[in-house]
Amino acid sequence: MVRADWTIYEEDYWAINSVIKELIENSNSTSVILIDKTGQLIASVGMEPEFDLMSFASLCAADFEANAQLAKLIGEKDFSTLYHQGVDESMYLARVAQHIILVVLFNKRTTLGLVRLRVKKAVDSLDTVLNRLFDKLEYENEDLKQFDAGFTEELNKEIDSLFKD
Amino acid sequence: MSLINYSSREINCKIVYYGPGLCGKTTNIQYVYNKVDPSTKGKLITLATEMDRTLFFDFLPLELGQVKGFKTRFHLYTVPGQVYYDASRKLILRGVDGIVFVADSQSARYDANIESLYNLHENLEEYKLKLDDVPFVLQYNKRDMDNIIPMEEMEQELNPEKFPSFPAVAVKGDGVFDTLKCVAKGVLKKLSNN
Repeated sequence: MVRADWTIYEEDYWAINSVIKELIENSNSTSVILIDKTGQLIASVGMEPEFDLMSFASLCAADFEANAQLAKLIGEKDFSTLYHQGVDESMYLARVAQHIILVVLFNKRTTLGLVRLRVKKAVDSLDTVLNRLFDKLEYENEDLKQFDAGFTEELNKEIDSLFKD
Repeated sequence: MSLINYSSREINCKIVYYGPGLCGKTTNIQYVYNKVDPSTKGKLITLATEMDRTLFFDFLPLELGQVKGFKTRFHLYTVPGQVYYDASRKLILRGVDGIVFVADSQSARYDANIESLYNLHENLEEYKLKLDDVPFVLQYNKRDMDNIIPMEEMEQELNPEKFPSFPAVAVKGDGVFDTLKCVAKGVLKKLSNN
């Protein structure tokens, strides 16, 4: 039996997915990526990015957290959104349901104003979906039966074969 | 914070290398990066100063083979060791699943080890965690240097609770994988025992 600190089930994933798909279409952005505050990638929709998504997720989480600390230093609770402007590509980040970061990548096909407007609506919808998910985890904390002792044993073998000189 | 994603069929876990400045945290991760099969590793991210001192963190994702249709990924992070980067250290510990404390065996770094371990306790408290709550492994690095503290003394001072510990010369790779294997298995064990 395995329990993670949190779990995303198929039904939650599809609910999240439909919101971010709609966000991409409505905002004319290139891709939307959902990351948890510890740097774990949750979902990526839209054009497949050419960069390493895992690294991108860890850096976005660090970026958001560092800015939250800066906010505290100047007397704010946090910055709920961040914007990084590039010559061709830009990023807009927004906090969702306390623990999650929504990252929108966009280019000159759209404008910051439109992205900001559409993100605001998407954040409200995602807040509902994700808070429902967190509540479910808190009260149900289901056993994940397909991960039995044999599963851990096999993973241990994988560790032995990967981590060697 | 371990995360099971049923849609992408992934399990993700976070391991943090902690310890005083220049103890060899980054060296551990670099050795792992250079040795593991290229198909299993992601990009090694290093946020360092011009003098190669870690400014924010190093990051290396490692992927195990599929088991029962699930990919398991370990995200290895280091923290900056220098005392004044405490805010960054605190951020990196968020959601940690396993910790490696890299101690510097040189006598001159005796106090720095103690200070850093104390700092780890303090920072974990911020997340309402104790060392007992998280799989924890100690590594006594730089065993090839002159003027080193005997292993027994290091154990006595840094590890009275008898957590798993390994001597190491990270720059040559000695003890690097033993340490990583131990903490990774500890993380999986905790995940399956919860």
